[in-house]
Order: sequence, then C-alpha cells, then structure tokens
Amino acid sequence: MTLAFLNLSWPVFADAVALGSIYALMAVGIGLVFGVLRLVNFAYGQLMMAGAFALAFGAQWGLPNWESILFCIGVVVALSLVMDRLVFRPLRGHTPAVMLVATFAVAFILQNIALIAFGSFGKTAGGLAYLQEPWDIFGVEIRKIAIVAIVAAAACLAAIQLLLTRTPVGLHMRAASMDFETARMLGVRANRVITGAVVISGILAAVATVMLSVEQTQVTSTFALSDTIYVLMGVVLGGLNRPIPATLGGFSIGFAFGLLGGVLPTNQSQYLPSFIFAAVIVVLLLRPNGLFTRATGAVERL
Amino acid sequence: MSQARRIPELLVPVLLILATAWLGLHLSIYFQAYFLDTLVKVSIVVALYVFIGNSGVLSFGTISFVAVGAWTAGVLTVPSEQKQFTMPGLSHFLVTHTVGNVASLALAAAVGGVFALVVGLPLMRLSGLAAGIATFAVLGITYNVLTHEQKIGPGLNAFSGVPQTTGIWQAAIGGIVCVVVAYLYQRTRFGRMLRATREDPAAATASGISIHRQRLLAFTLSGAVAGFAGGIYVHLQPLQVNGLYLDLTFITLAMLVVGGAGSLLGAVVGALALNGIFDFFSAATNTVDVFGWHLKVPAGTAEIVLGVLMAVVLILRPNGITGSREFSLPRRRRPVADLEKARATT
Repeated sequence: MTLAFLNLSWPVFADAVALGSIYALMAVGIGLVFGVLRLVNFAYGQLMMAGAFALAFGAQWGLPNWESILFCIGVVVALSLVMDRLVFRPLRGHTPAVMLVATFAVAFILQNIALIAFGSFGKTAGGLAYLQEPWDIFGVEIRKIAIVAIVAAAACLAAIQLLLTRTPVGLHMRAASMDFETARMLGVRANRVITGAVVISGILAAVATVMLSVEQTQVTSTFALSDTIYVLMGVVLGGLNRPIPATLGGFSIGFAFGLLGGVLPTNQSQYLPSFIFAAVIVVLLLRPNGLFTRATGAVERL
Repeated sequence: MSQARRIPELLVPVLLILATAWLGLHLSIYFQAYFLDTLVKVSIVVALYVFIGNSGVLSFGTISFVAVGAWTAGVLTVPSEQKQFTMPGLSHFLVTHTVGNVASLALAAAVGGVFALVVGLPLMRLSGLAAGIATFAVLGITYNVLTHEQKIGPGLNAFSGVPQTTGIWQAAIGGIVCVVVAYLYQRTRFGRMLRATREDPAAATASGISIHRQRLLAFTLSGAVAGFAGGIYVHLQPLQVNGLYLDLTFITLAMLVVGGAGSLLGAVVGALALNGIFDFFSAATNTVDVFGWHLKVPAGTAEIVLGVLMAVVLILRPNGITGSREFSLPRRRRPVADLEKARATT
C-alpha cells in the first residue's frame, strides 16, 4: 500500500478518520451552542457520559439496540434542556469566561452524581460491541465501527448543513450567532433559537456517545472527559464562531490523535497530548480567531 | 483614605489564618490534618487571586505552577540514598543534590515564577476565552509531562520520603507570607495599574499602561506564590500528579469565585469557608456526628456541594460572598457624603 511508510496502514488511517469524525460531531455540538450563547460548554462530556449510562441501562434491560439509542438521545437532550434552563439561562449576558467557569462547575456536579449513583467501576454498555469486528474491503480489514462512524458523522453534518442553510430555523440560528442583538431586533425569537441549538447539540452529543461507547464499553463517571477537553481545544483551534471551521478543528484533533497514536511508539505517543496542547497555544497566539477563519480585523468596542 | 484605615485590610486575613492555625493546634492530630490542608489551600487560592483577581483574566494555569513547585521541593528534599529506590529514573543531577526545607521552598517559588514568566511571555497577550483555553492547555501539558517524565520526579507514583516539615506553623506562616505578598503587590503602583486594566482596558491603555507588561508581572508573581504553595503542600503529604490536575483546579477556583475573586479577603474567606465545608463532607464519608446525628454520605458529595455553591454564587452573586471588597471598619456617616450619594443617584 502507498501508506506503508511510518508504519501507517489503512486500518489505522480509517480509525483516525473515524475518531476525527466523532470529534467533528462533538465540535459542531459545542460550536452551535457557542454561536448563540457565547458559552463554551465544558460539561458537554458529562452530557455524553449520561448518554453512555443510558446505553448501559438499555443493554442491562435487554432493549434492542435502536431502542437503547433512542433512550440515549432522549436522556442527553432532556439533560441539555435542564442544563440550559437551570444554568445557561440565568447566566446569559455574562462574559464567556464566567460562563466557562460555571459549566466547569456543572461538569463536576454531574460527574460526581454519576460517581455516587453508579460507583467508580460504572456499568457496561456492550450492546454494539460487535461493531469492533472487521469488514474485509478489497483485502484490507477495516473495523465496522470506523465505517459506521464516518457514515453517521457525514450524514449528521450534511443534515446540519441543510438545516442551517435551507430552513428558517437555521437562518435564525446563523443570524443569531453573527449578531444576537440585531437578530432579535429583526424578529428572531431568542429563546426558540437557543433551545433549538441546545437540542441539536444534544442530539449530536448522543450520536457521538453511541460511537464512542463501541470502543469504551466500560462506562464510568469520566466517560468522554478527556475527549471533550481535546475537542474543546480543536474547536478553538479551528475557530469557535462558525460551524465549518469548528468542525474542521474538531476533525483535525481527532485525526491527529488517531493517526499519531497509531503510528508513534508508546514512549513518544504518551506525550501526544502535550504536542496537541502546544499546537493549540501556538495557533491561539498566531491566529486568535482560529485556523480556518478569515480574520475580521475588527476590535470589539464596549 | 488614610493609611490607618487600611490596616484591617491586611490584618483581618492574617488574623483569620492565625485563628485557623490556633484552632488546629488545640485539636487532635486527626482533626489537625484538616486544618493543615485548609491552610495550604489558602496559599493556593491566594496565588490564584494574585493573577485572576487583579487582572480579571481567567486562568486555569495556576495549578500547573503549584505542581511544578511541589515537584521541585519534593525531588530536592528526598534523602539521596532513598531517591534511587523510589525514583529509579531520576536524572543524576537530581539524585546527588539535596537541599533543606527552607531552601526547597525558596527554589519552589523561584521555579514556579520562572515557569510562569516563560509561559506568560507569549500568553499574556490573550484575554477572555482565549486566555482560559490557552492556560488550560498549559495545565494539560504540565500534567502530561509530569505523569510520564521519570527523570524529574516520581511520574504517576506518589512522592515518598519527602520530609513532612509542614506542621501547623509552617502552614500558617506560609499562608501569611502569601497573603502579605499579595497585599503588598496590590498596593504598589503595578497592582493598581493592573486593576485599572481590569476595570477599563481602553482607558488604562490610553493612560500609558502596558496591559501585557502588567499582566505578565502579576502572572509571574502568581506563579511564584503558587510554586511556594506547592512546596508547602508536598511537605505536608505524599502528593501524586493526579491530585494536582482538574480536581484541585476546580476546588480552588470554586473557593476563589465563592469568596469573591476581586479581593484578597474574598480569596482567604472563600478558601477557609469552602475547605471547611469540603472537609466536613469528605469526613462524612466515614460518618460524622452532628449534634448526636450520625451523618454518612457517599464519596463525591463534597464535590457536588462545592459545585452547587459555585454555580449558585456565579448566578446570584457574581462578586462572591465578600462582594469582592476588602475588609473595612464601619464608618460614621457624614451628612456631606450622604448628600453626594443622593446627588449621584439622581
């Protein structure tokens, strides 16, 4: 194969694209909410953790997989709405830094509730574990989950793109993320747009949860915690403000992790997070608006 | 305001620390451990305050300076003959060099300060969300490197063999040193300039203040105080790198926010109050008696209580329980002042 240099093989490449796709979904979820609320949701990983526990319970009750997945989506969306009502709404209008700290607190609350409720060993969500098996595609063995994740992410992203560009709700959302006040004056309902963004963000979190749970069948209170941190970095790397740069940022981080993690020997790949974090710092210094955005050059006054 | 009226601003935080130490001194060893822990947390929260409070810029980086300080003081005070057993990967220089308690604390402060200076030099150009994310990245790098790098410390293992010199007096004096440094800084013109940039960056810049330089100064000082606090901490108990990452960041930020991020009094009160609450619920995981009630809570309750308090304070009282004010004695009302206030409101 052409990718044979650097120990790189097609399965590793496919896994890297799959991880990138999952991170891209999370990045869109975080980016949509940031667009309308100017809020970076550190507790996004804990939403996914709740969803993963829903999957585990589904498996325990013997539900068929699609019912477990629906249950997972329901739990995550419901929890997102509760979070929006109890925490995000009262904090609206505060600085992004204050809201980030607040979601940091929410993340710890949810994580410790899960610790109390389900113990430090957590539960098992093995309903989709069969997706770990490989498919033989032209003589290359690629795990089913890699294909499923890539297809599902592509479908979700296409749906989001259609929603944002072809529907009134999407138009309102884009208008709100450009200039919330002006959008409101022109008749965009603030609460409806925010609720819409929160719900879509929740659905994306649930889909990402289902994909991640194939690999991490043991669900504990720290499920998706480090993934969320990396995605947050990726979103900032790409540019928080717009969905497409945010998506590309999330994808790049996941792809880099998957690829370098698969290629480098352990004594180097253990420092991979440091390199990624350092890259984020460099990008923030050179392109504060993100890698994939055009600099606007305007300094916000007041 | 006359200088005499300013005395309580420093005196009250110092007295609070002394009172905590005095209480701890008169309790059993078992309870004393909680008071020691509280005093160390005061130092860390004050370090957080020096930068976040004065500049108004969010930083998640402070705990990485605490970790670096703890590593410095810890590695340098373990007796040489023990190092090759407890830290087999340690570099030759660190194996052969050992210093005493006070020197290790000074070095911890120096290393914390230098690290903060190096990191801050580029990062202090950022503010708001970007500063938060970038300092978070610094925290992530520090955690990642300290976890895996065996040449400079115990890696994932807990420190063992560090002389446990942090008794109640070292903890109290350490806390007081941090408070005094923080107070002296905020009273200098540098502290005032930084506070001016916090209130109105545009006006401060127009008055000739370099935001970057003032923030960098505070960041470096905050790093030194944090490194010092880390040194005190490692002399208290066998620290582990996992104890110097997200959990500690969250707990100390909660203390600063609940106390009131804008004042030194807020930092000290927040640390004392919240650590008291936190320790109470931590102790309650193996049953505590409250007025004859046997209270037993599951592990994790303390974090939930802290998280809820933090969220509630952020929503209802963003300036914290002290209102981000320093301590001042109640003043006799003068009619002129009332008149002026009435004029200002109309």
